[in-house]
Amino acid sequence: MNTEIRGLALMFVATLVLALPLGKYIAKVYSCKKTWLDPLFIPIERLFFRLSGIDPTRKMNWKEHLVALLTINFVWFLFAMAVLMNQGWLPLNPDGNPGMPADLAFNTAISFLVNCNLQHYSGETGLSYFSQTVCIQFLQFVTAGTGMAAAAVVYNAMRIHVTDKLGNFYNYFVKSCLRILLPISFVAAILLAFNGTPMTFEGKANMVTMEGDTVQVSRGPAASMVAIKQTGTNGGGFFGVNSAHPLENPNYFTNLVENILILLIPMAMIFALGHYLHRKKFAWVIFGVMMTGFLFLLIPAVHSEMSGNPAISEMGLAPNLGNMEGKEVRFGAAASAYWGVTTTVTSNGSVNSMHSSHTPISGAMQLLGMMTNSFFGGVGVGFLNFYIFIILAVFISGLMVGRTPEFMGRKIEAREMKIAMLVALLHPFLILTGTALSAYFVNQNPEIGWLGNPGFHGFSEMLYEYTSSAANNGSGFEGLADNTPWWNISTGIVLILARYLPIIGPVAIAGILASKKYIPENAGTLKTDTGTFGVMVFAVIFILAALAFFPALTLGPLAEYFSLYGSVN
Amino acid sequence: MKNQHTGLFQKALVLEALKQAFLKLNPGQLFHNPVMFLVEICTAVMLVVSIWTLSGATAQGSFGYNFAIFSILLLTLLFANFAEAIAEARGKAQANSLRKAREETPARLESGQIINSSQLKKGDVFVCETGDIIPGDGEIIEGLATIDESAITGESAPVIREAGGDKSSVTGGTKVLSDRIKVTVTTQPGESFLDKMIALVEGASRQKTPNEIALTILLAGFTLVFTIVCITLKPFADYADSPITIAAFISLFVCLIPTTIGGLLSAIGIAGMDRALRANVITKSGKAVETAGDIDTLLLDKTGTITIGNRKATQFYAADGVEESVFIQNCLLSSLADETPEGKSIVELAKAKSITPRSGFSLQSAQLIKFTAETRSSGINLPDGIRIRKGAFDAIKNLSEKAGFAFPPETEKRVRDISGNGGTPLVVSENDRVLGVIELQDIIKPGILERFQRLRKMGVKTVMVTGDNPLTARFIAEKAGVDDYIAEAKPEDKLEYIRNEQQQGKLVAMMGDGTNDAPALAQADVGVAMNSGTQAAKEAGNMVDLDNDPTKLIEIVEIGKQLLMTRGTLTTFSIANDVAKYFAIVPALFMTAIPALQGLNIMGLTSPESAILSAVIFNAIIIPALIPLALRGVAYQPIGASALLRRNLLVYGLGGILVPFIGIKAIDLLVSIFV
Repeated sequence: MNTEIRGLALMFVATLVLALPLGKYIAKVYSCKKTWLDPLFIPIERLFFRLSGIDPTRKMNWKEHLVALLTINFVWFLFAMAVLMNQGWLPLNPDGNPGMPADLAFNTAISFLVNCNLQHYSGETGLSYFSQTVCIQFLQFVTAGTGMAAAAVVYNAMRIHVTDKLGNFYNYFVKSCLRILLPISFVAAILLAFNGTPMTFEGKANMVTMEGDTVQVSRGPAASMVAIKQTGTNGGGFFGVNSAHPLENPNYFTNLVENILILLIPMAMIFALGHYLHRKKFAWVIFGVMMTGFLFLLIPAVHSEMSGNPAISEMGLAPNLGNMEGKEVRFGAAASAYWGVTTTVTSNGSVNSMHSSHTPISGAMQLLGMMTNSFFGGVGVGFLNFYIFIILAVFISGLMVGRTPEFMGRKIEAREMKIAMLVALLHPFLILTGTALSAYFVNQNPEIGWLGNPGFHGFSEMLYEYTSSAANNGSGFEGLADNTPWWNISTGIVLILARYLPIIGPVAIAGILASKKYIPENAGTLKTDTGTFGVMVFAVIFILAALAFFPALTLGPLAEYFSLYGSVN
Repeated sequence: MKNQHTGLFQKALVLEALKQAFLKLNPGQLFHNPVMFLVEICTAVMLVVSIWTLSGATAQGSFGYNFAIFSILLLTLLFANFAEAIAEARGKAQANSLRKAREETPARLESGQIINSSQLKKGDVFVCETGDIIPGDGEIIEGLATIDESAITGESAPVIREAGGDKSSVTGGTKVLSDRIKVTVTTQPGESFLDKMIALVEGASRQKTPNEIALTILLAGFTLVFTIVCITLKPFADYADSPITIAAFISLFVCLIPTTIGGLLSAIGIAGMDRALRANVITKSGKAVETAGDIDTLLLDKTGTITIGNRKATQFYAADGVEESVFIQNCLLSSLADETPEGKSIVELAKAKSITPRSGFSLQSAQLIKFTAETRSSGINLPDGIRIRKGAFDAIKNLSEKAGFAFPPETEKRVRDISGNGGTPLVVSENDRVLGVIELQDIIKPGILERFQRLRKMGVKTVMVTGDNPLTARFIAEKAGVDDYIAEAKPEDKLEYIRNEQQQGKLVAMMGDGTNDAPALAQADVGVAMNSGTQAAKEAGNMVDLDNDPTKLIEIVEIGKQLLMTRGTLTTFSIANDVAKYFAIVPALFMTAIPALQGLNIMGLTSPESAILSAVIFNAIIIPALIPLALRGVAYQPIGASALLRRNLLVYGLGGILVPFIGIKAIDLLVSIFV
């Protein structure tokens, strides 16, 4: 095993080792059990609730939860718009960056509001420090907290003795932000700052290079933002080139930290479910399915990147380093491939290499990661996506054992199936329709100038953009000229639909199920905590989510792969 | 009639179904099945394309190829229609054979007027005498008769039906063997249970069951996904300069949407009701059959279900100082004239011990003492003055103590032991002196223990309902292996128990016959009324068992499970098939324009045309290939839910992935000879 692979193994094992106790902690937070951080957080929470006049003990049904969720999201949207458009005269703007024009502010606000962080600006010149911290970083916390709170509602609904009252949304939300996201980000930010990521409110620094030129180096309160950007599966970077930037991700150690953070909470949320419901085996089955899917994507990607680009190898250039085009030498091919897969299976979207330059197989794996969008997935929302597939799998396998399908003691009937199918449909619908319309426009007007590359790779660029939007991922296949009205508007619509419907759906299903009569388990009941059921869920994800994209992938990365490798051999 | 094991495809039925298969092409009818309706639209499109190519267009490929696709799609539709039609035909044939007997029988009204049975209205009163065929369903209001119900139940032993009580119902088509009864008609013409059942099977009033609706939504969802996949493929292909023919588009679409389960879905539902009917159970709705599969708790009457009818003598225990053969001799004499099943069993047991009545004994000369509620004993007075009595412990004890005899302590202990073991002691005395005690035991039906184990593995809790005292009840419950019992049960107790179980979220099934069972039958999620039961009971339940067989409940639960499983497994199979179909068609779509994609043609299919034809042909013939399975149902095995899922996932999931790979490849080899 070479060092690169050992690095990956270390990264993965470290993630797992941290996620296990974190999961236990998260379960305690959501079930309001004592933790050793209570003395610190309880006063702050009390202050919040007293100031806002919220009664955190008032129980809500699923509809009230959704109303609360959508309302605060709308308030944040207005707030973000206001800050971005007025940042020119607001404080903390040492570089004198101007206020954003309305369309860009709209795009940016939506993009961060939905936890996607698709960026059509460059942080160095587009945002003031005030916007970076008060708007962007704020949204990175609260949108991650929103997803986690929604997941907590669903967790609560899965308990045995639950009725239609599913806890208080604001309580879950504040706890997610304060007790989970904040401490992790705090530790991570310190680690990053000590390794060279800037954390200052001073403006650009002047530096003299070895050639004697004076260059201006952008800096700012980056460490704290990078921490939450990774922790909350946000992905929107402080600097334009994200974690490939030497200040955003200075060395292999910070890369390790940042990459661990990508998977940490999504993984811990699964273990938290096990502790929360006292169904650890069930959580391990979910973990197993996610892990299998993750490895199915990771192994080909890493292998393909480490083998390098056959066209370049043939020229005799750097054959031993793998495919290094668009990658940072301090990370290498394997760690870049690993990051590429982790950032796409979760809805993170931060990058430490240029995804467009990955080999076709690695690109296909990244696309698949976002198309399935449920192998770990975004904080909170990853489980919500997975929940839909569980419902579908329970339905089919429930019939297969000769009983009306039940999940956690509740019958799954027509209404729940309708919602589940709608949510499951949405993802392929948004991705394929968006790509199809764009392809149509390109066909009509080949001179439109959107695509950085012709042919299959150009197709992948379009497919990737919509996939990234629909998965609320936010990473981009560079090369696409995406700052045009068509791309801004169409991806904007995709972003909103793809964020809120997949939250509303699972919360509604869980709420409806919770209000149904609980049926005690017996020998004829389908057990959901078995490997067999895990296989079933995996099959549903594979056939419904992955295979629906097979024709599209065929014309994009697969055609590219077969052309590239076919022509070399 | 019972369990007629006719083949799945009788000639007459097949012919009728073939005709129906064409009639069902009517879009108005197909509209209710979204998946097949889409296939019909695709078929129509292909017909237009075929005609278009015939008129000289070349862009869409040859006429032969297009027409072949059209024909295969049409076949797919016909196969699916045939599946539904054959299920309907079988159900109808079964129901008709039940109905035939009761049609066109003359009915003699009270007034003496004779009308046709079909003219009988609810509330009419008719009279039947020996040899008459009963013209319609009704309730006896006067008289008693022995009736041959073999036309309905297949059971040749005549049964007694009488006014009042729980056995007052008569069924049309059965024959009166003796006596005379007056019957009031209880159903309007065309509204008997059987009529309702036939209507259910025929589809006119067939409503989709809740599970069927949910499954239809799932299938519609899958269909929509694949619709999106296929429509968006057009601009994708244009972008890649790889034009796709209409035939290829339609083939991809039809192959991907779940036509297999879509085509078989209604056949599966009808077949479920057919199976119930074959088990001589009339269901009032398809939902009831489905619910039966979900039952958590089964209430079973002890007598007839768990134990064989009545108690039987199992042992003679003579008192100290009484010779055993003498004791048994006395037992035998006391029971010779006893017509009760217990009495007969004593005679049998005595004979088995080679004891015969002493020589010179003649029944005629003896005086028989009948059992009365007052004496609680029966017996015989012999001509020589000997009085033999047998009866309950305290009754005989009274007798003997009055006569001045002490009750033998060892016998008293034996009496207690017998009671403790769930038996019933019968004490026998000669001239008021206690001779010993006979042990009567309930005989548990052979094989019932295994059946209950089977039920337990299915997750069904069994509850025995009995009028016995708790001690006896517990003993029998343990011996038979039921999970719970209701002793000294009154009808209210059953109702209470059912409510209690339902409160905990469980579904309960029970069987009953009496009017006082009606509330419980109505409360139960699956209430099976015996056909011999009162009209009230039959109205209250949602199924009627023509055989009056209490163990039928177990069968019904399995039929329900089988129905759900068949749907689930065929859905899995249908969807799993898509993997192979993708790999057959997608490379075929683009191989001409992008030769590098030959690498995706992992099945090595000959040409794009043959690949597409093979996939469509496979898609079509898998439907008739699975009709037998749909009609017969996937066998239920009580091996626990997880093991069952594993097995079905292996057979229908993995099988569903592999079979089309092999099938399409094989068809391609054949097709490539012609193309």
